[in-house]
Amino acid sequence: MVKEIERAGIPVVHMCNLIPVSTTVGANKIVPTISIPYPLGDPATPKEVQWKLRHHRVGVALDALTQDVEEQTVFKVKI
Amino acid sequence: MKKAIHYINQFFAGIGGEDTADYEPEIREGLIGPALALNSMLDAEVTHTIICGDNFMGSNKDEAVKRILGFLEDKEFDIFVAGPAFQAGRYGVACGTICKAVKEKFNVPVITSMNEENPGVEMFKKDIYIFEGGKSAAKLREDVKVMSNFGNKILKGEKLGSADEEGYFPRGIRHQVWLDTEKTAAERGVEMLVKKLNNESFKTELPIPKLDRVPIAAPIKDLSKANIALVTTGGIVPIDNPDRIQSASATRWGKYDISNIERLEGGVYKTIHAGFDPAAADADPNVIVPVDSMKEYLKEGKIGKFHKYFYSTVGTGTTQAEAARMGKEIVEELLKDKVDGVIMTST
Repeated sequence: MVKEIERAGIPVVHMCNLIPVSTTVGANKIVPTISIPYPLGDPATPKEVQWKLRHHRVGVALDALTQDVEEQTVFKVKI
Repeated sequence: MKKAIHYINQFFAGIGGEDTADYEPEIREGLIGPALALNSMLDAEVTHTIICGDNFMGSNKDEAVKRILGFLEDKEFDIFVAGPAFQAGRYGVACGTICKAVKEKFNVPVITSMNEENPGVEMFKKDIYIFEGGKSAAKLREDVKVMSNFGNKILKGEKLGSADEEGYFPRGIRHQVWLDTEKTAAERGVEMLVKKLNNESFKTELPIPKLDRVPIAAPIKDLSKANIALVTTGGIVPIDNPDRIQSASATRWGKYDISNIERLEGGVYKTIHAGFDPAAADADPNVIVPVDSMKEYLKEGKIGKFHKYFYSTVGTGTTQAEAARMGKEIVEELLKDKVDGVIMTST
């Protein structure tokens, strides 16, 4: 699905946990998430911690949309 | 008697489903689940079964591999088998990961099996023997049989056939072989060329794999003026699932208006994805579709517009062909609504 979106010329970022799957399938911009059942917020942590993590990683994904990259890129996250 | 060790996931070990997918690696003496079938068909004694939760392997790969290689250090074994994993994506990737690591560290033959739609095939077929397996556990005995037959050939030191002859996915390794035909390569080549010129069908001896890569789209110049949409394969839908999207092997997708809400509330939205424990996402669907964060970025002015719909389907067991079709359908909507960029979340 990522590829069909990009094929249409719309920049797209894939946020996912299994990075090797995403790179093999052919996503060009990837931002890692923390798990499969809860990609953007660990329920074992307080709500504020989950929010910080989610807001940070979504921010990284938004910035990734503006980046001019030459090849498949996995963007770095801080939290 | 030769010895074998078998890797399976938490589900096939009978430990549990998605609620136990974080199960930490463990080695047990003896036979559990599919190891019973393997032991009865393989000309080797399956001495141990290794169990690991699919999410544990997916999210803590290095740790999982390290611990499992640690288990194996003082064990004697002549062959290592994983799966079969059918169309279960995480299980397939786990089988591929551990087989590759075991082969590299201990230099023993490794065998696994999965369906051609399993992403593990594309990722690991170059590294290890992956036999083409069924779509679901209904094929368990047959898939184990195929792996055992090949394992027996290896254990006995018999001559191994090509990927096509044996039934595993081609590894892209070239071997020198003596053909039964007396024809030289030059003759065969010219024959193929003549057939091609006559528009007749011919079979190449060197298939070139086709990689479908998409050119990287031009980046967004000014995010503060851009319209951004969220798309997910995590199965987040309104609680009554109005489009009746399937929980696995989806062929349908939905779009849901989020223009008047600040976040996705549990009890109003939920996930229908059958491939993971839904508890966390049901309690707070924003962990999969981060509407709350996007609304905040809209308020801050980081983005110009947050597209009024999010798009959702389920990514487990969904074939690549169906995913591509749904992707194309969603793209039509995105283009029509002048969406400038997309964040797609997957589970």
